[in-house]
Amino acid sequence: MITSSPRTLFEKLWDRHVVREQTAATPAVLYIDLHLVHEVTSAQAFTELRERGLPVRAPYRTIATMDHSTPTTRGGFAALPIRNSATDARFAQVDQLARNCEEFGVPLLALGDRRQGIVHVIGPELGLTQPGMTVVCGDSHTSTHGAFGALAFGIGTSQVAHVLATQCVLQSKPKTLEVRVDGTLAAGVTAKDVILAICATLGVGGATGHVIEYTGSVIRALSMEERMTVCNMSIEAGARAGMIAPDDTTFEYLRARPHAPSGAAWDAAVADWRTLASDDGAMFDHTITIDGTRIAPMITYGTNPGMGMAVTDDVPHPDRLDDRSERENAERALRYMGLVAGQPLAGTKVDVVFFGSCTNSRISDLRDAASVFRGRRVAQGVRALVVPGSQQVKQQAEHEGLDRIFIDAGAEWRESGCSMCIAMNGDQLQPGQLAVSTSNRNFEGRQGSGGRTLLASPLTAAAAAVMGVITDPRTLMGGVA
Amino acid sequence: MSSHWTFTSTYVTLPRENVDTDQIIPARFLTTTDRVGLGPHAFNDWRYRADGSPNEDFILNQEAARNAEVLVAGHNFGCGSSREHAVWALAGAGFRAVISSSFADIFRGNALGNGLLPIVVTPDTLADLLARPVADSHVTVNLETSTLTLPDGEDVHFDVPPFSRYCLLNDTNEMSFLLDASDDIASYEMKHPASIDTSQHAATA
Ligand code: SF4
Repeated sequence: MITSSPRTLFEKLWDRHVVREQTAATPAVLYIDLHLVHEVTSAQAFTELRERGLPVRAPYRTIATMDHSTPTTRGGFAALPIRNSATDARFAQVDQLARNCEEFGVPLLALGDRRQGIVHVIGPELGLTQPGMTVVCGDSHTSTHGAFGALAFGIGTSQVAHVLATQCVLQSKPKTLEVRVDGTLAAGVTAKDVILAICATLGVGGATGHVIEYTGSVIRALSMEERMTVCNMSIEAGARAGMIAPDDTTFEYLRARPHAPSGAAWDAAVADWRTLASDDGAMFDHTITIDGTRIAPMITYGTNPGMGMAVTDDVPHPDRLDDRSERENAERALRYMGLVAGQPLAGTKVDVVFFGSCTNSRISDLRDAASVFRGRRVAQGVRALVVPGSQQVKQQAEHEGLDRIFIDAGAEWRESGCSMCIAMNGDQLQPGQLAVSTSNRNFEGRQGSGGRTLLASPLTAAAAAVMGVITDPRTLMGGVA
Repeated sequence: MSSHWTFTSTYVTLPRENVDTDQIIPARFLTTTDRVGLGPHAFNDWRYRADGSPNEDFILNQEAARNAEVLVAGHNFGCGSSREHAVWALAGAGFRAVISSSFADIFRGNALGNGLLPIVVTPDTLADLLARPVADSHVTVNLETSTLTLPDGEDVHFDVPPFSRYCLLNDTNEMSFLLDASDDIASYEMKHPASIDTSQHAATA
């Protein structure tokens, strides 16, 4: 569809993928370029296809991996020391995925494959995620792929069945929200701090019904891995998707990836991708602006990702909230977290530190963590887990010797997967434990029933690991004296 | 067309905001490959103590919850994970509608696709419902007229996307609609050939 008025990145992608226009009575039929599949949200969808006698329409646009319920110990399920009904259920689920992929002809990067990993890490790493694409997965953090200038969003299992069978989803057009981050970031402030600051500004439901486009000098200066960290947590503000216009940073990352175009096709693709950025004068439904210069290392103190503050701040008082139910929710969150309003978080003792998840498990995240660990040890009484996002990240980290830094510091160096981000694979907190985590959700029990989660960047997490208490990472920068 | 979509029920109140799908169904129950069987685990970690015994303070374990087909909860219900299991768990626990002042996008779509009605009311109406003693209060949901009758007899209108409403009332679904679009999909694919082939795994080392 050609329109002459200036369009946003989102509108250009939407227009390119409309198979049938939205009407007053029906949503749009939107074509999906890349469908990522994992074991937890796909079994019931394959069952539906089987019951209806339908094939997978475009297996060449579909790829599956195993990540959520898989062990992150060596040797996969076969090497687990304990087998019980929980491990059996997990094994049955990944085994079901393998059988479904076989039956329906869907390519699978199974546990043990050297390209296996968290679904949102491997898509970009393999060059499958490309600018201008629509990308879906039965997983809310599909927004990660928007970092490439793709329209990427999470779907439910019924929609997974729709995409398997028809390569399309039904969508009503969302609104657009520009989140502009101006200025430059101070030393020790990372992409994770930027997105935690954005979530704190918007609130956990603040972007519901919207697709976010991140703009501004801070966003432009981020690497692709950092952009993925930002887009990853768009859903934590309730956004349908988050995206960043592709530029030379994007193209340099993609060049020579296994699935990226090559030769003349590459040049043609780049020329096309350059046309995707929002036009001058394109209108967003809403815009918010954040001064990146003022963002400090962030940490959450509550039970949703919008409850974040600077690591140097005091825990906010619920009574500053006007609305009674909001106040009660904030009070309940502090009770659950065992934190006291008005007191600093810095100095709070931690039990576990988790490095991993689709937010912060890429090589640059591990390098950040290692920069703090180098020459230091994990504090007494703290358990630190380092879980690379994919086997390729793991190999790269080992090639750089980062694994030695972690192991020498007393941290666990594990196999790739979702691990303690989701507590359905054996890696989890014990009730009452307090964790600093580089993942994306601090909901009650997210990392294990009764566990308490503080979300932070790899730098802040590493500072907590080596000091044993919540610590401003800037006090440790520049290495060991 | 059925009276299935007009029903009167007592309701359960959950006066919490931003109830995320991890609370509705914790991740450790997601290893199922079925849609059924999750009802007993809806709100598991609020509903049961660590030793597995029911937490009598939690509303679902109280007499008022028996036979209630409507859940009333604080704003931004269903945020977080896209897990459709949250909807299957609520349906499995006997709920046919959830009333709130707002829903997270993915949850709302999942709910509509499974015939669990997400009913959006104004913050004032929600506050009234959450404040009212529930034991003998009823609401009536009528999808055909898109009205919710409050305990005091007042009718309020609620919006349901027209297509979802059509699917529910006519016992059809989104999959059938998409399959009917297959000619359009095929011609789209002719014009937009795939630039990737996921079955080609070039060596990457
Ligand atoms: S790492 Fe966590 S958030 Fe990311 S896909 Fe896995 S479970 Fe979901």
